[in-house]
Amino acid sequence: MTVALLFQHIVNALSLGSLYALIAIGYTMVYGILRLINFAHGDVFMLGAYVAFYGVSLVALPWWASLLIAIVLTAFFGIGLERIAYRPLRDSPRISIMISAIGASFLIENLGVLIFGGRPKGVTVPDVMGKVLMLGSVSVVTVSLVIPLFTFALLAILLWIVHRTKTGMAMRAVSTDIEAARLMAVDVNKIVSFTFGIGSLMAAFGGILWSYKYPQLNPLMGIMPGLKCFIAAVIGGIGSIGGAVLGGFLLGIIEIMTVAFLPTLSGYRDAFAFILLIVVLLVKPTGLLGKRQTEKV
Amino acid sequence: MKLTKHQTYTLIALAVFGVFAFLADSFFDAFTLRVFNLCAIYIVLSLSLNLLNGFTGLFSLGHAGFMAVGAYVCALLTMPPELKEMNFFLAPMVPFLKGITLPFLPSIIIGGLAAAFVGFIIGAPVLRLRDDYLAIATLGFSEIIRVLITNAQTITNGAQGLKGLPRFSTTFVVWTAAGLVTLFMFLLMRSSYGRAMKAVRDDELAAEAMGIDVFKVKVTSFTVSSFIAGIGGALLGHMITTIDPKMFTFLLTFNILLIVVLGGTGSISGSVIASIVVTFLMEILRFLDEPMNLIIIKTNGLPGLRMVVFSIMLMIVVIFRQRGLMGGKEFSWDMVSAFWSKLKSRKGGRHA
Amino acid sequence: MPEIMLKTDNVIMKFGGLTAVSELNIEIRKNEIVGLIGPNGAGKTTAFNVITGMYYPTSGKVLYKNIDITGFKPHSITELGIARTFQNIRLFKELTVLENVLVGCHIGINSGIFAATLHTPAYRKREKEAHEFAMTLLKEVGLESAAYEKATSLPYGKQRRLEIVRALATRPSMLLLDEPAAGMNPQESLELMELIRRLRSEFDLTIFLIEHHMQVVMGVCDHMYVLDYGVTIAHGDPASIQKNPKVIEAYLGVD
Repeated sequence: MTVALLFQHIVNALSLGSLYALIAIGYTMVYGILRLINFAHGDVFMLGAYVAFYGVSLVALPWWASLLIAIVLTAFFGIGLERIAYRPLRDSPRISIMISAIGASFLIENLGVLIFGGRPKGVTVPDVMGKVLMLGSVSVVTVSLVIPLFTFALLAILLWIVHRTKTGMAMRAVSTDIEAARLMAVDVNKIVSFTFGIGSLMAAFGGILWSYKYPQLNPLMGIMPGLKCFIAAVIGGIGSIGGAVLGGFLLGIIEIMTVAFLPTLSGYRDAFAFILLIVVLLVKPTGLLGKRQTEKV
Repeated sequence: MKLTKHQTYTLIALAVFGVFAFLADSFFDAFTLRVFNLCAIYIVLSLSLNLLNGFTGLFSLGHAGFMAVGAYVCALLTMPPELKEMNFFLAPMVPFLKGITLPFLPSIIIGGLAAAFVGFIIGAPVLRLRDDYLAIATLGFSEIIRVLITNAQTITNGAQGLKGLPRFSTTFVVWTAAGLVTLFMFLLMRSSYGRAMKAVRDDELAAEAMGIDVFKVKVTSFTVSSFIAGIGGALLGHMITTIDPKMFTFLLTFNILLIVVLGGTGSISGSVIASIVVTFLMEILRFLDEPMNLIIIKTNGLPGLRMVVFSIMLMIVVIFRQRGLMGGKEFSWDMVSAFWSKLKSRKGGRHA
Repeated sequence: MPEIMLKTDNVIMKFGGLTAVSELNIEIRKNEIVGLIGPNGAGKTTAFNVITGMYYPTSGKVLYKNIDITGFKPHSITELGIARTFQNIRLFKELTVLENVLVGCHIGINSGIFAATLHTPAYRKREKEAHEFAMTLLKEVGLESAAYEKATSLPYGKQRRLEIVRALATRPSMLLLDEPAAGMNPQESLELMELIRRLRSEFDLTIFLIEHHMQVVMGVCDHMYVLDYGVTIAHGDPASIQKNPKVIEAYLGVD
């Protein structure tokens, strides 16, 4: 393995890790406040990519405008999803809301097949993203560098919101104790909507960046990344944003590096995430950065 | 042995059904017969999932994995050597498996036991987890099993799958299996052990405090459920006569979950009825996915619409009528008479 | 002196930085009715949870009939003879009244899944006996007419009684009651006191109870322990506790 190749792998690992982190954040935030695994989150990722695609191909918008509109629209979609599929079940047993999430996920995927068509669509990667840079003897596609940058920027904004604004404080309150937050006159519904909005926005962003790196869309593209990112969130510590980021990067790095160094195992690539998940769940279920949650008897 | 009025009705209904199944076997066309028999297999599968989810309160999403284990083990045991030779053209099969050929009954039981064993191994660590984590962990295991099957070329023929399996799943076989599983569930749930399972479902802490070894009950439930799922998988394999890893995805688990939720978690009759209704509905609605010729409109088929409909159905049930079709209760002849008298009183009311 | 049924040896229970129970040393003798009182959050339920195996104590030992049961699983402790009720009623919501009690009988029936499913003669005999025993228990508290109704359809007071007989179905030697009189009016509380005394003699029980209703506690207990912030601040018979200044201070006017 040459240094150049190694460097390439590292860049890929960081890009993939960032994408996973972006999506994992949405999962962890929603789980933090609602204790819900939003199975449909991966499909929101897919939607963002498709909306941006149609923005460019149908409406002929410049790529950056299409991206911005797509993430906003997807954010609203996420809010709508919560309203319809999850809010009515907020006081029901957790299994019901999980079933609703699974149903919503299948619904979105099949609506995608219905509306967008099952055949993969090719994305026109914007020039600035697709440019190949030569750093010494290593060739790197711009988008691979852009992804981590954008991810950190978004993450910084998110952390600022969560830790320095009133809304953020309300989010943290709801995530710690929803009943107490309600008693403190926090509008829980608004906070939940806001959380879904942000999570969906970040997933959409991830989806669009993903489509610049792997420029093929299909309605089922969100399934595997969705699952893996939930796993990343669990590994890092569900409920913790930092944990989601850590988990996302860890997963991305492990995936790329294992295939790079042990190519015979590449068929098992998808299984790594699951194996890692089970190991974490058995050894430290709260994840690397997670907090212990006790149940009152 | 003296029977009650209701028991007599049930026996008569079963006898009628038995005759019907026999006639169906002789007179239905191949396609309809296949759908009819698929109902039986789904009864087996949905009951095994209901045992876990509806009766013991364990939300497991790994069912497809256990079905795969049962299907593959059974298939590998029933395939004669020449068939194996034909299938394993990419990479020759592992020698010790090549020579073994067993009749259907021992093969399917071994398949079930293999699935049960896998269930036991997975269950022991995983059942300590909380519901949502349990769901994801079992889903994870199901995917791991699928990946393992896809990669174990010399044992399972990998992604190519196994084709030409002998069609052992006749009408008699599948409906007998469905009947046995239903009987088993009925007897189990009526017993003290079934009560213990339901107690674990309703309140784990209280069940433990009442002396029930909750963990042991969970592992037992998981193992038995996996056994039945393995049997179901084997039956499915030997009806479709082809199995490959792509069959055993989360979609399959979702279909079974759909039936269990629609019929009502915790209701045996609900699962039976829903299995039949959903299986037929899935076939009937298949036309939505195919090109349609409605004289004035010609569509090119709307693939995905069928699953859209089912997903919406699932969500409507779970949001508005969480208890499913049967509302958590079992079918009883009293329901029929109550329904009948309701109809009669409505008619009477209008005349008055 | 009657034998010591339950003894805790310097039990300490900490949750992270919070000490819920510190140095609990209690001794309960056979057929006594002993009380555990204290303001809300004093650690009483935590103490119960340690004794019944739901929590593993940070340090200290729990001894039942001189056996060290510290760290035993809750169901094993129940099998040994300690049964409990809960502060917030934990009935099996989807089961009927009778079925709730029958769950308590499960350890008595003690069959594996196959024997039960196949309805072997041995199983059927034990199941029949369990049914009879359960009905007897229900008659004891006047619930036999509601046997086939769903447990949650009962009014609150009756649900509490159901929880008590469900615990009795496990054939315990010792019964731990966590606020059995919660939410009851004075009349109901008196009836409950009567019930507790009657159960003690009819089933040869030793009873340990957490309660806030002072009249219940004072009326029925042989002696009691008072906890405040996890610390045992007093121990004695009802008369001396009532006069104890530390207790009065801890409660400050609560009656």
